[in-house]
Amino acid sequence: MSSPLLALFRREARIARSIGGGGAMGVVFFLILVSLTPFAIGPDLNLLSRIGPAILWIAALLATLLGLDRLFQADADDGSLDLFMMTSTPLELVVLVKCAAHWTLTALPLVAAAPLLGLMLGLEPEAQAGVAASLLAGTPALTLLGAIGAALTAGLRRGGLLMAVLILPLTTPVLIFGVSTAAAASGGTVPFHTPFLILCALSLATIAGAPFAAAAALRAREG
Amino acid sequence: MLKYANPTLFLALAARLIPWLGGASALALALGLYLTFFVAPDDYQQGASVKIMYVHVPAAWLGMMCYMVMTSAALGTLVWRHPLADAAQKAAAPLGAAFTLLCLVTGSLWGKPMWGTWWVWDARLTSVLVLFLIYLGLIGLWRTIEEPSQAARAAAILTLVGVVNIPIIKFSVDWWNTLHQPSSVFRLGGPAISSAMMWPLLIMALAFTLLFFTLHLMEVRNEILRRRLRRLSILAASAEDPDLSAEAAQ
Repeated sequence: MSSPLLALFRREARIARSIGGGGAMGVVFFLILVSLTPFAIGPDLNLLSRIGPAILWIAALLATLLGLDRLFQADADDGSLDLFMMTSTPLELVVLVKCAAHWTLTALPLVAAAPLLGLMLGLEPEAQAGVAASLLAGTPALTLLGAIGAALTAGLRRGGLLMAVLILPLTTPVLIFGVSTAAAASGGTVPFHTPFLILCALSLATIAGAPFAAAAALRAREG
Repeated sequence: MLKYANPTLFLALAARLIPWLGGASALALALGLYLTFFVAPDDYQQGASVKIMYVHVPAAWLGMMCYMVMTSAALGTLVWRHPLADAAQKAAAPLGAAFTLLCLVTGSLWGKPMWGTWWVWDARLTSVLVLFLIYLGLIGLWRTIEEPSQAARAAAILTLVGVVNIPIIKFSVDWWNTLHQPSSVFRLGGPAISSAMMWPLLIMALAFTLLFFTLHLMEVRNEILRRRLRRLSILAASAEDPDLSAEAAQ
């Protein structure tokens, strides 16, 4: 990684740590979402362990999107975004590095917390590992898809809600294969690697494609 | 053909075409409805409720075709930055949402007597629902960004990202073997549908297509006029306030 991008990564990490405690807030949100569900559907552990992977995935999806609407907002507000556009470093790489930093700081703690929350939902050890593995493989796709939405809505009033409306329909495939990966891990008719590899493919495809869309959206703001 | 990329010439062409297209769609719709209700036979299993098909299937085709029109217009916006492409994109989104909603509602009305349920989470149904949600998101994006050409570029990018859903809809019935039946009109080995039912269906599809192009042309015309009005009001305001004249020049 060339040094401007490394410096950008460090800058993102510093900003995230100084404001809102990095990934901690996302994990707390994740914990609250997961612990609210048993209040809504009742504390039946059999039912919870059956739908646990789905609960964890929905909670992770929402927690990942939570901070993403600010991904380019602060940079657009204070003018750093204009500086990024003027440097010789391609804007696509800047987007990719910002996404990598965001993923490391918010999604990775979620992956780490998932087995623990799985325990509270009565998941078997294989299912806990399956959820963690599927989140590890699938959350990059969520972050990068979210980056497209964040770039489209940067600088708009009420951008956060619009971003969720734009991006959530596109996350359907990730959710489908994420939950089926987690379900396949705890025994099922489908072998684990089939949905898992599709999930990895989705993440790799968004890593390859989404930075271009997000960078184009950022340039479109300029008129 | 290219000279009609000029908005003024386009407006003149649209003014000439709209009455003809409108008349043709009214005729085709009347003929299609007549064939549907008085000529097309009842299904031997489904009875008269098969007639929902003559609205449901064309609405589904149009919901997808409209997205493809929007995608081509989005390329026009991003590659040539043409205001007419912007207007074509913006005009197509509510029409596509309306056709997709019509498809979902008629499908639901058809599903209740035939499948015994208003809705199932079948791959085809779900992917069409996602298409509807994408249309709604696009309409929301158009309404949130004030500057028209900036909104057009943002919507174009989202349209191109969302186009991955179209092949998923098309092939969902082949990839996942769930409740919705596979395609019976456009398929290898010829249509699997009786010609007594296919002709009314194709005429209804033609009527829906003509209706779409009529409405689309009218809305593109309105959008061009709306943009002119916007520019004139900015110019009028900038006559009083010199700071605004820079924006009007864009």
